[in-house]
Amino acid sequence: MTTGRRWMILSLSAVVLGFLAGAVIITLTGRSPGLMFAAMVKAFSGLDILRGSFNARYIGEFLIQMIPITLTGLSVGFAFRAGLFNIGAEGQLMMGALGGTMVALLVPAPPWLHLPLCLLGAMVGGGLWGLIPGWLKAWYNLHEVVVTIMLNYTALHLSNWALLHVVGTVDRVKTSPFPASALLKSEFLSSITRGSRLHWGLLIMVVCILVYWVVIEKTTLGFGLRATGHNKDAARFAGFPIAGYTMLTMAMSGAFAGLAGGAMALGTFGFGRVLPAFEGYGMDGIAVALVGGNTAWGIAASGALFGMLKAAQPLMQSQGVPREIAGIIQASIVLFVAMRYGIQLVIDRVSRIRQGGRNEGV
Amino acid sequence: MKVFEIFPIGLMFATPIILAGLGGLFSERSGVVNIALEGIMMVGGFTAAALVVVLEPLTPAAPWIAFLAAAVAGLVFSLFHAVASVHLRADQIISGTALNILAGGLTVYLCQILFGQQRTRAFSVGLRKVTVPFLEDIPLVGPLFFSEIYPTFYLALFLVVITWIVVYRTVFGLRLRACGEHPEAAASMGIDVYRMRYLGVMLSGVLAGLAGGVMVLSQDIQYTLTSIHGTGFIALASLIFGKWNPWGVLGAATFFGFSQALSFYVNDISFLQSIPLEFFHAFPYVLTIVALLAFAGRYSGPRAAGRIYQR
Repeated sequence: MTTGRRWMILSLSAVVLGFLAGAVIITLTGRSPGLMFAAMVKAFSGLDILRGSFNARYIGEFLIQMIPITLTGLSVGFAFRAGLFNIGAEGQLMMGALGGTMVALLVPAPPWLHLPLCLLGAMVGGGLWGLIPGWLKAWYNLHEVVVTIMLNYTALHLSNWALLHVVGTVDRVKTSPFPASALLKSEFLSSITRGSRLHWGLLIMVVCILVYWVVIEKTTLGFGLRATGHNKDAARFAGFPIAGYTMLTMAMSGAFAGLAGGAMALGTFGFGRVLPAFEGYGMDGIAVALVGGNTAWGIAASGALFGMLKAAQPLMQSQGVPREIAGIIQASIVLFVAMRYGIQLVIDRVSRIRQGGRNEGV
Repeated sequence: MKVFEIFPIGLMFATPIILAGLGGLFSERSGVVNIALEGIMMVGGFTAAALVVVLEPLTPAAPWIAFLAAAVAGLVFSLFHAVASVHLRADQIISGTALNILAGGLTVYLCQILFGQQRTRAFSVGLRKVTVPFLEDIPLVGPLFFSEIYPTFYLALFLVVITWIVVYRTVFGLRLRACGEHPEAAASMGIDVYRMRYLGVMLSGVLAGLAGGVMVLSQDIQYTLTSIHGTGFIALASLIFGKWNPWGVLGAATFFGFSQALSFYVNDISFLQSIPLEFFHAFPYVLTIVALLAFAGRYSGPRAAGRIYQR
């Protein structure tokens, strides 16, 4: 079995087991798993199998959920490929949203230039926030996991401070609305999905998936990053500049997450938000990257899976199934991916038994 | 007078940080990184809050029964982390992350099932404060440590001492530390590394579960998704800041507790008024990075923590 195929089987097993765990919990607590699955189908395809109707708006809302978590998935996956664990996508996303918000509200620019500048602001905000743990790792050998966790909380309070005191808010919860020239909103995307909030963040996501694929698989830089992730000492011996790669990787990883924050602020909301707590996009990104095996297409697929789960939440709630089941399923899937050694043992045993049976048959 | 008011509040904030920090200490000393402290605290906090809602009208011992249940719930929840990271050779960071997500989903899901809302029902008192007779009359020390204070702070102090004795003065502690420093060498001396690591993680579950219960019953009126709001990670920070030593954890946790309490009094203290509140909120996290920088390059933390050991 090739490693790619093996990963797919492991990921799919983990996904199936995760949904199974969710269905068991729902059944144990006296609710119907059928309603949960119906809500998921509706969220993903717009088909209401209980009533036999179709509404394209659900597809648009599902894609909106998919955009930020696919981008944070690319962020976490990019770092993973270079052997770094970025738990900080959450904070980088917030700093990205802050960057985008500051440019949107404070920087005067001609209309055609305003939006690109806002997106640049988001990339720079997230990228700089990712560069900090990269720099501390490269020069002082501080573990990026602890540093990024601490920076998440720092970002939460720093961005709230900046939104309240620098940009200014209208009601201590949100800033004044962005000018139209800074928005990612799209009449076209909205009209083809029957009035959903779908916006050009979709295009940003697609471009980022392509950029990720090209950089990782097709460039010398990507080769160096992968070599570093595979065996740091060998890569150093081969002459790759490890310290530089570490900083560059974390900065790019942060830029992906920053764009996620930018897409949400400029597309979904159209204003900056003061947050009381994390929203979990960084954690979602870890799940997306792990299940997607850190490849561009894998991340796109698992981003769609988890985006569907998120979009199905309100639909489940309205059917009497607590929405938190989505989080339980997601965590179970991650746990099963982490336990892949155990799943691998089972798969090996099953295939050995099947092989044994076949041999006996002959 | 303000100092006297800040003290009980600072100690109230410090208590759960101390308890969860000690939990992290047992786990990391055995060689298992446990970033799931936050999630375990959520499970403990939910268990305690849900139980107190039911038991409060029945018995005055309700909070203490709830603490016991919180510790047991934490133990059970931590077993996922133990199985995954010891027997199934999972990446400990990933397993811990999964448990943090799971805890948020599971506790609020159960709130929906049990109480029909995204939080537990509110309890009326929670844990009661105590004033220690005679000791409260000691000048200076009395009003600071013995008047109108949550008894759980004394429990936390007691557990710091117990932890120090267990980790540094018993055979068990010696073996535990050996597994966190050099599991192969420990195994060659006949120590069952798997068993020690299980015990380390389970102890962290007990203590973090208790920490969650204490936190919710002393600082909240019900359990919500944001009841723990990062305290598990602050406990992790105290562990690093306290150099994986129980006394260090006590010192760092108390410091972080007081820095939180200070943010409540900013408006009353003239020289602090110009500093924004968000600064105090971010303070422990920034300080942890600074502390890491200060130790950088030198030995810090159990050497084998986070490394998979294969029998």
